[in-house]
Amino acid sequence: MASSPASAASEEEAVKAAKVLMVGAGGIGCELLKTLALSGFRDIHIIDLDTIEVSNLNRQFLFRQSHVGQSKAHVARDAVLKFRPNINITSYHANVKDAQFNVEFFKQFNVVLNGLDNLDARRHVNRLCLAAEVPLVESGTTGFLGQVTVHVKGKTECYECQPKPVPKSYPVCTITSTPSKFVHCIVWAKELLFAKMFGDKNQDNDLNVRSNESGTSKSDVFERNADEDLDQYARRIYDHVFGYNIEVALENEETWKNRRRPNPIYIRDTLPEEAIRQNGSSRDINNEQEEPSAMVSLGLRNPQEIWSLADNSRVFLEALKLFFEKREKEIGNLVFDKDDQLAVEFVTTAANIRASSFGIPLHSLFEAKGVAGNIVHAVATTNAIIAGLIVIEAIKVLHGDYKKYRMTYCLEHPSRKMLLMPIEPFEPNKSCYVCSETPLLLEVNTKTTKLREVIEKIIKSKLGMNLPLVMIGSTLVFEDGEGLEEDEAANYALNLEKVLAELPAPVVNDTKLTVEDFQQELSCSINIKHRDEFDEEKEPDGMVLSGWSAPVEKQVTSNGGNQSVASSSGADYADGIVEDISTKPGMKRKLDEVLELKENCDASSSAQVVEDDDDDDLVMLDENPKLAKKKRLQ
Amino acid sequence: MGGGGGAEEELTAQETALYDRQIRVWGVDAQKRLSKAHVLVCGMNGTTTEFCKNIVLAGVGSLSLMDDHLVTEDDLNANFLIPHDESIYGGRSRAEVCCESLKDFNPMVRVAVEKGDPSLIDGEFLDKFDIIVVSCASIKTKLLINDNCRKRSKHIAFYAIECKDSCGEIFVDLQNHSYVQKVGGEPKPKELAYPSLQEAISVPWKNLPRKTTKLYFAMRVLENYESSEGRNACEASLSDLPAVLALRKDMCDKMSLSESQIPTALLERLLAAGKKQHPPVCAILGGILGQEVIKSISGKGDPIKNFFYYDAADGKGIAEDIPPLSSD
Repeated sequence: MASSPASAASEEEAVKAAKVLMVGAGGIGCELLKTLALSGFRDIHIIDLDTIEVSNLNRQFLFRQSHVGQSKAHVARDAVLKFRPNINITSYHANVKDAQFNVEFFKQFNVVLNGLDNLDARRHVNRLCLAAEVPLVESGTTGFLGQVTVHVKGKTECYECQPKPVPKSYPVCTITSTPSKFVHCIVWAKELLFAKMFGDKNQDNDLNVRSNESGTSKSDVFERNADEDLDQYARRIYDHVFGYNIEVALENEETWKNRRRPNPIYIRDTLPEEAIRQNGSSRDINNEQEEPSAMVSLGLRNPQEIWSLADNSRVFLEALKLFFEKREKEIGNLVFDKDDQLAVEFVTTAANIRASSFGIPLHSLFEAKGVAGNIVHAVATTNAIIAGLIVIEAIKVLHGDYKKYRMTYCLEHPSRKMLLMPIEPFEPNKSCYVCSETPLLLEVNTKTTKLREVIEKIIKSKLGMNLPLVMIGSTLVFEDGEGLEEDEAANYALNLEKVLAELPAPVVNDTKLTVEDFQQELSCSINIKHRDEFDEEKEPDGMVLSGWSAPVEKQVTSNGGNQSVASSSGADYADGIVEDISTKPGMKRKLDEVLELKENCDASSSAQVVEDDDDDDLVMLDENPKLAKKKRLQ
Repeated sequence: MGGGGGAEEELTAQETALYDRQIRVWGVDAQKRLSKAHVLVCGMNGTTTEFCKNIVLAGVGSLSLMDDHLVTEDDLNANFLIPHDESIYGGRSRAEVCCESLKDFNPMVRVAVEKGDPSLIDGEFLDKFDIIVVSCASIKTKLLINDNCRKRSKHIAFYAIECKDSCGEIFVDLQNHSYVQKVGGEPKPKELAYPSLQEAISVPWKNLPRKTTKLYFAMRVLENYESSEGRNACEASLSDLPAVLALRKDMCDKMSLSESQIPTALLERLLAAGKKQHPPVCAILGGILGQEVIKSISGKGDPIKNFFYYDAADGKGIAEDIPPLSSD
């Protein structure tokens, strides 16, 4: 790989001597571990929390059917040792956010390589790498798209210097009353109906549970009457959520002035009486060992097919009944999981019935599962390419060739003849709150906002801190984590419920907060600006944080509104997030930025690397006559 | 559980579960087409190993491997299909050992060994396949196979792939290829006509754009050198540099190209590589080739026309269209 035999030999030595940490043993991880081993790496540590699933097997080639349910990290290690028995691979079936993986742990490595599938863990690893001063090679893929970036403290931008895509959010009313897309129906089915029926009963939920029907004295129609059989119960729920609730919504004429009015759907209209009675009658022939499935018991085989409203209704009733018959113990604790067949059936059919009400096209179970589970497309080839690029960058890092570091984008269609496009890394963003010390600004109503809200919505959710500590001047008002004295803990718990202005050290206009996370060794300052009013729809947190890279909305999930129509943990990415390039406009924007930046470099310094012996420059991103001219002048 | 199934047949529940994530990329129809495609790979090395892994995982109908060479220690370098155990690979061919490992990757794909010599492949034999991939073969062999593919009435896609340490080249001949292109989310039928390997390597250099990747020229010089010396593929080494430089001068003079378009340092790197393959580069090339084969079988997405180059030294992965469409 090197340009001379001498540097090839020193690269080889650097590789042999290196101790590397891999985070993630999934799509990218399997490919990466294999390529590292083949490339001569001898000391590899690998962390992964997950266990193997069937849908991993199409690309995570170190795993077999017989491994389903086992630790990815351990199985990957054993598989690679079979063809490279003389190297050391240490595997951890654990969460990279665990306390054992602290700054000291990270310091033992020469480079950290990420093959992660979520933003949270990526941010966490970024902070630990910055604190431990260990270079990080970061990666992500979606379908045929992928990217590899290098982050070295002080030399390049850190992972958080630029905004990252976060799950898209929808206003509450779109979900509860005025859906216009299938995804709105999915969010409703998953976050409201499924959560109400099978999840934690104490959670806030925007679903209308009250009924004006005569003879009903209960406040919650979702409670099953003592004398009610499952059939009756399932049909009552159906009529309530797809019929009665739509009628109630229709009463608000204002809403429908400029919108198509939805049709209430009742079971007597969708399924003739007889069909209801026969519904699921073949269920008994099922093998009891198998996972209960409504479509299987109704004889529906093809998940790619779009079912009729009647079939959706049948599957819906059957799925509801199966939950109560076969999985009653789990009710009250269920959270939607894309690998839970019955849950997918329930959510798909509920979303389709609702879509039918609102004149939105219905979808197959396969498609609905993708939307509900935020399943991101993943193929082996892209992961293999990205893993190869990670190793190439890792070798440069180990060899100290920092002028040769590149961010590389893997594209689906050639852009200026390139399918693999290398770009010089950016310099650190001077106003990044993670890798620089720029203070943040928080606008908040200090008289009504509790400390708990600031910690949950800002410090944990937006700043990504795990175990935060909050100081006002020299007064410690909150600390998280174990090992606290009892009275301290009680004191902090009291503070949590106090509004900012009434804390032991009052927080008012112009107060400066210091927040720290010991595990991430991250500390930042927040300047407080008091504000009385906030727009409920636009500023649902009741607070506005500025001076940080606000995430870019992308992907489908819910979240938004001032109540919880949300899956809080964000999207479940298959093999990671591809940054802006996953959408054309984003790509354009990103590349434009690159152009601008390169131009600045050209003008002000000789920072650009010209490797070749002619003007075959690093990368040509776009038609830009000005830039082309500059290039020729060199 | 065969790989097959008619176009009308639905995928089984097992296939849907296994291929869930990739069906979301290329669709059910493409998956069905894949399961009916038959692929032949001639020459097992680090790059083709990567390619084989990718298409077995993707779920092609069948994969046949042709490579009678006995496994030696050299083969272990970039090949994760060969266990580090002489008692397993000793006395067996590369195709046999690789086949055994590949079978494990996906029980729904039939992987088999084809004994024989790629340089003797005849046309009729090729009819069993839809896709032919050739590696570590002389240019003479590649030309012969490509020519035979083109003479068949059946459509057979031809690929040649070589990796020399940090550099790689892929050649693609899809003859006349119809596919669906996505333009702003709208499917649009498209046709491409490919030149043969012979046409693609004998273009007068002065007709090529100045920006043509240097690797294209360098690979032609090495190819020419190996064939004029009667060497097998990748058998030239650094000691051949003076003779190779003389040939470069010769070819450049004849075709009016500045010698600086084929830097000495690049030829040096390629010669020093010999048969050595850099594993990350194998992963990249094998990944690109896998993707291209999937595109060609599924008839979805723009395929590369007709060369792909990667060089880890500058990090670029470039598609070249040679000969370029010209008005003269």
